[in-house]
Amino acid sequence: MRTIAIIGAGPAGIEAASVLAAMEETEVLLFEKSATTLDNLRDKAFLFPDFSSAADLVEIMEAKLDRDNIKLHLSTAITSVVSTSSATEAGGIMAWELQDASGVRYQADAVLVTTGYKVFDAHRKEELGYGIYPGVITSIDLEKKLKEGKILNAVGDTPKKIVFLQCVGSRDEKSGNHYCSKVCCVTAVKQAIEVRKMLPEVEAYVFYMDLRMWGGGFEEMYREAQEKYGVRFVRGRISEAASTFDGKIQIKSEDTLVGLPLKMSADLLVLMVGMEPSEGTKTLTHQCNCADAYGFATTVNPHLRDNETAQPGLYVAGSCKRPMSINDSLTDARSAALRIAEYLK
Amino acid sequence: MRNLKFGFAISIPRSINMDTADNRLLKQLEEEVPSFKRCMNCGACSATCSARQFTDYNIRRIHSLFRMQQYQDLENELKPCMLCGKCTLVCPRGVNLRSMIMNMRKILTDPKRKDNE
Repeated sequence: MRTIAIIGAGPAGIEAASVLAAMEETEVLLFEKSATTLDNLRDKAFLFPDFSSAADLVEIMEAKLDRDNIKLHLSTAITSVVSTSSATEAGGIMAWELQDASGVRYQADAVLVTTGYKVFDAHRKEELGYGIYPGVITSIDLEKKLKEGKILNAVGDTPKKIVFLQCVGSRDEKSGNHYCSKVCCVTAVKQAIEVRKMLPEVEAYVFYMDLRMWGGGFEEMYREAQEKYGVRFVRGRISEAASTFDGKIQIKSEDTLVGLPLKMSADLLVLMVGMEPSEGTKTLTHQCNCADAYGFATTVNPHLRDNETAQPGLYVAGSCKRPMSINDSLTDARSAALRIAEYLK
Repeated sequence: MRNLKFGFAISIPRSINMDTADNRLLKQLEEEVPSFKRCMNCGACSATCSARQFTDYNIRRIHSLFRMQQYQDLENELKPCMLCGKCTLVCPRGVNLRSMIMNMRKILTDPKRKDNE
């Protein structure tokens, strides 16, 4: 019997658990710090690029856990992961010991870290007015509104103008995050389309620095947003937001394609917040000496050994490595599961 | 007065104020030339443009200004275009630029222009 400990029951953790649990003589211990699985996914309404329902994916992922050899430990924060034997003992397999916040210890033959990301805290960009003006919301707040099927402005009316701002907390030295969060570009395109579907009268503007339509079907979505849904894209970063007397948000930017400064008032300003390593990710990557400058997990080799850390038996997958879409996290988790199966063979 | 030169010129301050912008001409153009909306500002049109090589004429910028509903002086800015259509040939997003330029001229010089400027 082999025991694999997986830390974090998000899409990556659950996918890897289900792949590993399908193998013979295997037991998976799946740890989740909060009281429910898939916390970040549960906030979402629709998924790019096919606009499928996030609730459906949650249901499918939950069903994958329905196996006797997956032991799900909810509300269990793993605070320590250490190897208790050297690789030369036990036929090249290291023994691992995990400890949770209440001091309970668990033994495993391999450990997979899937502790994921946390959303950038938009309060840190004070000039954009999040938490100060009710008309300024984040992409996560908007996603919840889309899920409820109701979007209102700060004074409780149907909005007429919605502005999206890309790269909040990403590609920004002032936030300490030089990296691109990867999913926000397409998320804004998706949300702008959703908003226009829900409120056909609303004008939607997306302020961007670059639009990075990296995935299959993304560029087509962008084109459709322009052509079919009339979403207007403006190249320029919003430098500051202020409130007007009637509860709107006044923004300042530059249309860098024209080379002129720009002023505009909007009912809602949606900040496309980026990804940062979650607290769990930061704790474990630092403890296991595999943290990059931001606290994301680094791997042995980004091309061929992208789930392995320098320590045999310790693997990483999903957005604890770098910002990643749900689909990429799922793929990455399956690849990690395969690596672990090979290692324990 | 026009011929008096004081050694300096006062440029018209220009900034985009989207709250006073009038989207009627833009909507009219988008109806006439639906492909207008697809532009992603790559600049291939301006790069290939013969008029661009010898004058300040910049069709990419004119497109952007029109999209931001800044129509001031655009009918004059459009004058150097000879309607050769090379821009339409090179556009990766299939924007019908030649038709766009023709329609811009038509809309901007219409005696019954919709924004009554």
